[in-house]
Amino acid sequence: MTQVPPSPSHGPVLAIRGLRTEFRSGRNWYPAVRGLDLTLNRNETLAVVGESGSGKSVTALSILRLLPEGGARIAAGNIELDGKDLLTLSERDMDRVRGDRIGMVFQEPMTALNPTMRIGDQVEEALRIHRGLDRAAARREALALLEEVKLPSAAQRMHEYPHQFSGGMRQRVVIAMALACRPQVLLADEPTTALDVTIQAQVLSLLDELKRTYGMSMMIITHNLGVVALIADRVAVMYAGQVVEEAPVRSLFAMPRHPYTEALLRATPRVDEDAGTLAPIPGQVPSIRAMPPGCAYAPRCPLRRPPCETEVPPLQADGDRLLRCWVRNNERIAA
Amino acid sequence: MTAQLEAPSSAGPRPSALAQAFRSNQTTWIGAILLAAVVLAAVLAPLLAPHDPLQQDILVRLEAPSAEHLLGTDAYGRDVLSRLMYGARISLLVGFASVIAAVTLGGALGIIAGYMGGVIDQLIMGVMDVLLSFPTLLLGLMVVAVLGASLENLIVAIAVTEMAPFARIARAPTLVLREQGFVEAGRALGFHPVRIMAVHILPNLVAELAVMASLWLATAIRTEASLSFIGLGVKPPTATWGGMIREGFENILDAPWLALFPSLAVLITVLALNLLGDGLRDAIDPKLRRE
Amino acid sequence: MSAPTVQDAGGHDGLEVLNLRKEYRSTGLFGRTRRTVRAVDGVDFHVPPGGSLGLVGESGCGKSTAARCILRLAEADSGSIRYEGLDVRAARGPALRMLRRRVQMVFQDPYSTLNPKRTIGQTLEEPLHVHGIASGRAAREAARALLGEVGLGTDAMERLPSEFSGGQRQRIGIARALILGPSLLIADEPVSALDVSVQAQILRLLDELRERRGLSFLFVSHDLGVVRHICDAVAVMYLGGIVERGPVREVFDAPLHPYTKILRAASPVPDPAARVTMMRIEGEIPSAAAPPPGCAFHARCPAAFARCSQERPLLREVVPGRAVACHLFP
Repeated sequence: MTQVPPSPSHGPVLAIRGLRTEFRSGRNWYPAVRGLDLTLNRNETLAVVGESGSGKSVTALSILRLLPEGGARIAAGNIELDGKDLLTLSERDMDRVRGDRIGMVFQEPMTALNPTMRIGDQVEEALRIHRGLDRAAARREALALLEEVKLPSAAQRMHEYPHQFSGGMRQRVVIAMALACRPQVLLADEPTTALDVTIQAQVLSLLDELKRTYGMSMMIITHNLGVVALIADRVAVMYAGQVVEEAPVRSLFAMPRHPYTEALLRATPRVDEDAGTLAPIPGQVPSIRAMPPGCAYAPRCPLRRPPCETEVPPLQADGDRLLRCWVRNNERIAA
Repeated sequence: MTAQLEAPSSAGPRPSALAQAFRSNQTTWIGAILLAAVVLAAVLAPLLAPHDPLQQDILVRLEAPSAEHLLGTDAYGRDVLSRLMYGARISLLVGFASVIAAVTLGGALGIIAGYMGGVIDQLIMGVMDVLLSFPTLLLGLMVVAVLGASLENLIVAIAVTEMAPFARIARAPTLVLREQGFVEAGRALGFHPVRIMAVHILPNLVAELAVMASLWLATAIRTEASLSFIGLGVKPPTATWGGMIREGFENILDAPWLALFPSLAVLITVLALNLLGDGLRDAIDPKLRRE
Repeated sequence: MSAPTVQDAGGHDGLEVLNLRKEYRSTGLFGRTRRTVRAVDGVDFHVPPGGSLGLVGESGCGKSTAARCILRLAEADSGSIRYEGLDVRAARGPALRMLRRRVQMVFQDPYSTLNPKRTIGQTLEEPLHVHGIASGRAAREAARALLGEVGLGTDAMERLPSEFSGGQRQRIGIARALILGPSLLIADEPVSALDVSVQAQILRLLDELRERRGLSFLFVSHDLGVVRHICDAVAVMYLGGIVERGPVREVFDAPLHPYTKILRAASPVPDPAARVTMMRIEGEIPSAAAPPPGCAFHARCPAAFARCSQERPLLREVVPGRAVACHLFP
C-alpha cells in the first residue's frame, strides 16, 4: 500500500532545524523548545538526555505532531524526514508517517495497547493497516514479530490480553507493533523508565539488536545517563529547551565539556563509585515563563562570567562535538 | 505538558474553582442569576408579594392574569404570584435542608466506608445500595407514609433518598486518598482516624460534594414538588409548588395557568441549579468537560 | 527459620527484625481465599543506632511491605520487630505513641506526600499538637527551625504545597518526618521521582541530617547507585526473601549471590566503557502468588543445579559480615 520512497542514502534521516515549540499559559505563549537543531543519521542511535523541563519530550511530540491542540504550537523551524518537511504535511499524510515511517515506543506501554483486544489481534491490526497484509499473512507476520521481540511462548500468549502481561512483556508487544511497518526511525520516549532494572536491560538490548537487524535509526529520549551510556552512539544533552552539548557517546562521558553535562554526571549516584563523590547541582531548572536572558544554565553555573548572564551562547563546533558555552568556547579559542 | 508550566515554584496561587466556573462558562452565569432571582423572591416574599398568599376571595375565583393579579387567581381566589413566592420558601427550605442533611450524613458514611474498608465498608455500602435500589419518589413516599406528612418529615424523607449517592461520591475518592502519602504520613504520625478523615480526607472531597449537592438540590426540589403533588407534602393551605400544581390540575381546562406557573417555577429552579452545578463540575474537573 | 548471623547478634539496640512474614490474601466470591501472596517471607535484618541499611530489590520483592510493617502501616503476620527494646508488633496506646515519635517515614511521591489543602505550617505543626509536645508560638518556632534545617525559607510556612517544586516538597516531607524528633527514619524510594540534579540535593540533605541528628536509616530503593551513596549496609531482596546481606561496598563491588550479580550488572552506569559487562539476563520475576519451590530464584539463575529446585537455601554467613542465601555457598 505505502511505497517507501527511494530515500537518498546520504544525509541524515531526520533533521530538525530551528525548532521552537511554545506552550500557552493564560494569554501568553512560552517556548519549551527554543531553536533546536538536531540530526539523526542513518543506522544511528541518538540519545536525547535531559531533566524534566528540558524540552526533550516536547521535541518528541513535535516530531510526531502530537502536541496538545490549542495548548501548544510549533512557532518556528522545520522537521525533515528524508528531506521532506513534516510540518507542511496534511493531517492525513502525517497519520501515515506516524507508525509507517516513524515507529513509536512510549514510557507507559499500557497507553499504547487496547485493553479489550488480544495481543495478537493488535499486532495483526497494525500489520493490516500499515502493510496492507491480508488476514492470514498478518497472522503469520504477527507471530514472527512477537517471536522477534522474544515474547516467550508467543504462539500461545498472542491470544492473551494486555492485563495478563507484565510491564516488560507489554513493552515488547509495543515494540513489535512499532516494527510492524518497518519504520526508518524508531522514536522511543523513556521506553524503560517504568521497568525494573533487569527488565530494562533486556528491553534495551532488544532495541539495540532490532535497530541493527532492521537497519533503523533510533532516537531515544531519556533522563537516565546510565541508559544513554548503554545504548547511544551519539548524545545530545538538553537544558531548558536547547541542546547544550552534543557529542559521540564515548567522548561525552570521557570528557564532558559543558558545565551542565559535567554537573549532571557528578550528580548521578553510581553503583560503581563510593559515596562522597556525589555533587548536587544547586538551584533548579528555570521556569519557561522566566527564562534568564543569557545562558539558561548561568544561574546555577560555577564558571559563569559576565557575558553568560546577558547573551545566549551559540552552539559551536568544538572538535568532535557541539557546545553551547561562552566560557568553554573562549577557553578553546584562547588556547 | 502543563505540569512543566506548573512545576516551577514561581507559580502564583491559582484562582478558585468557583471563580473559574464563572469565567469560563457563560451558562454558569445564567444559572446563578436565575437561582439568585428565585432565592430573592423567596426571602423577600413578605415585602414583595402583592397579596396575602392565604387570603381567599371567592369573588375573584379562577381569574386570568390581570394587572391586579399578575399571574391570576386560584379556585379560592388566592393570588397565584404571592402563593408562588411563598411556595418558593418551602421548596428552597426543604431542598437546602434535605440536601445539607444528605451531604453530611452520606458524605460521612462514604468517607468512613472508604477509609475503614473491610466489614464496615461492606455494611455501610450494602445499606446504601438498598437505598439506591428504590426509585427516589417511592422511597420518599414510604418514609413519609411511615413518619406522617409534615415539613420536617418531608426533609427527612428527601434526605434519606439522597444520602446514598453522596456516600458513593465520597467513598470513591477516599479509596484513592487513603493510599496517598499524606494520609499514610498521618497514620505514621499517630493521628486518630477521625482526625485523618475530618482534617485530611474531607477537605479534599468538598469540591466534589459541593458540585453533587448543587445537582441534587434540583432533584430535591423536584421530589418535594412530586410528594406535595401526591398530597404527601406540607399540608394545605400552606403554599407549596407541588401543592399548587396539584390544585391547578383540578381546573386544568378552565384555568391552565394555575398548573403552568408553579410548573415553570420548578423548571426554572431546576434548570438554574443544573447550569450552576455543571459549570462548577467543569471548573473542578476539566477532563469531564471534553466528554 | 533463618540461621543467625553476626548482624543479628547486635543486641537490643537499634532496629531488629526477625523472621518477618506478611501475606496478602485476595478473597474471591463467598469469602473464599482466592490466592495468597507471600509479600514478605521470613526476613531478618538489623539496623544499629546511627547505621543505615538499604533494602533493595525489584518491584514485588517485598521491600516496601517490610518497611510498612515496621511502621505498623501494615500488620505483620508473624516474626518479631524490636526497636530500642520496644516490641513494635505488640505496641498499643502509650507504647505505640512513643513508637510514632521514634520512627518516622519519608514517602516516595513528592506530589501526594503533602495534603494539598493544608499550608506547610499547618502540616508541620499538626504532629506537635497531636502529641501534645508544643502548641501556638512554640510549635511555629519548631516548624520554622526545621524548615531552615531542610534548606527552605520560613516564608514557606503560609504557602500551600502546590507552590513548591518536587524537590522542595520532598524537603517538606522530610521536615514533617523529623518534627517529632525520631531516631529512625524509614525512607521508601524518597528520590526516585526526582530529577538527577535534585536527587543529589536530597541525598546530600539526608546525609547531613543523619550526621547532625545521629539518625538511623532504613532506605528502601530499587536504585543501587542511590543506596551505595547513603547506606553502609545493604540487604538484597528477591520474592519476599533476603538473598544477600552485607556492607554496601563489598556487596556491590563483589556480589556473591547470582541474583545480586545480575541486579548489579543490569544497573546502568554512566560509562560507555562498562557496556561490555552487560550480560544476557533471562526470564521475568515470577509472581509472589506462585513462588517456585526451592530457591525463589532458581528458574532464572544461570548457576542453578538440582538442589536449587528442591530445597530453599537459608541466609547464612559465608564471609565475616556477609550473608548469602544460596546453595553455591554451603
